[in-house]
Amino acid sequence: MSDDIKPDLELDLKGLLCPLPMVKVSQNIANVPVGGIIRAVATDPGAMADIPAWAKSTGNEVMSAEKVDGQFVFLVKRVK
Amino acid sequence: MPEVMERKKKMTLVVMSGDFDKLFGAFIIATGGAAMGMEVTMFFTFWGLRALRNTKPTGKTIFGRMLGMMYGGDITKSNPSKFSFGGMGRWMFGKMMASNNVAKLVELRDLAITLGVGLYPCQMSMDVMEFPAESFIEGVKPAVGVGFMLAEAEESAVQFFI
Repeated sequence: MSDDIKPDLELDLKGLLCPLPMVKVSQNIANVPVGGIIRAVATDPGAMADIPAWAKSTGNEVMSAEKVDGQFVFLVKRVK
Repeated sequence: MPEVMERKKKMTLVVMSGDFDKLFGAFIIATGGAAMGMEVTMFFTFWGLRALRNTKPTGKTIFGRMLGMMYGGDITKSNPSKFSFGGMGRWMFGKMMASNNVAKLVELRDLAITLGVGLYPCQMSMDVMEFPAESFIEGVKPAVGVGFMLAEAEESAVQFFI
């Protein structure tokens, strides 16, 4: 599962609200190589809908989106 | 990737309102769109021009100066469309949003500029309201008219009127 995956970049999105979690992910996706992975931790429940929608629209991939101890943990892969 | 993915999606927003809450919605949509890889264009007309204003006084004619005084100030002076209470509402909503850690309106606008959102003022509104280009913040695009806006809208998959 997600424990085996080594992210290329860790993003702390805790405390940020709409639209900032999605904006930060989009601003940082260029900072990992194609095929690279961002691990992002957010506290905004809206991010659970927004980040997968962002990925779908931009052609990237959300490998996992899980609620862990009241936080939302995303593994986002840069596809292109 | 297929060819269609390469062409940037476009979004156009017409912002006629200068209300705090409506400007808030407009900039959240605009920054969200830019984050989703869209080319975003915002047109500010009539009351919406407040979003682009600096704090310089405006007005040449008597009515223009009156408007400059009564509708003066920059984006931080915008009032909510409900519960304005002569400025109290702005303060109250500001407090409530800050306690929820929501980005400030001015921060969202500046983020929009950073993300490459095009902020275009309407020339005709500028003439009517006597807001010259010098009364706008840095980063605002040159003034345009309805033709330019419609040409952008025509190419846009997503459009908003706020």
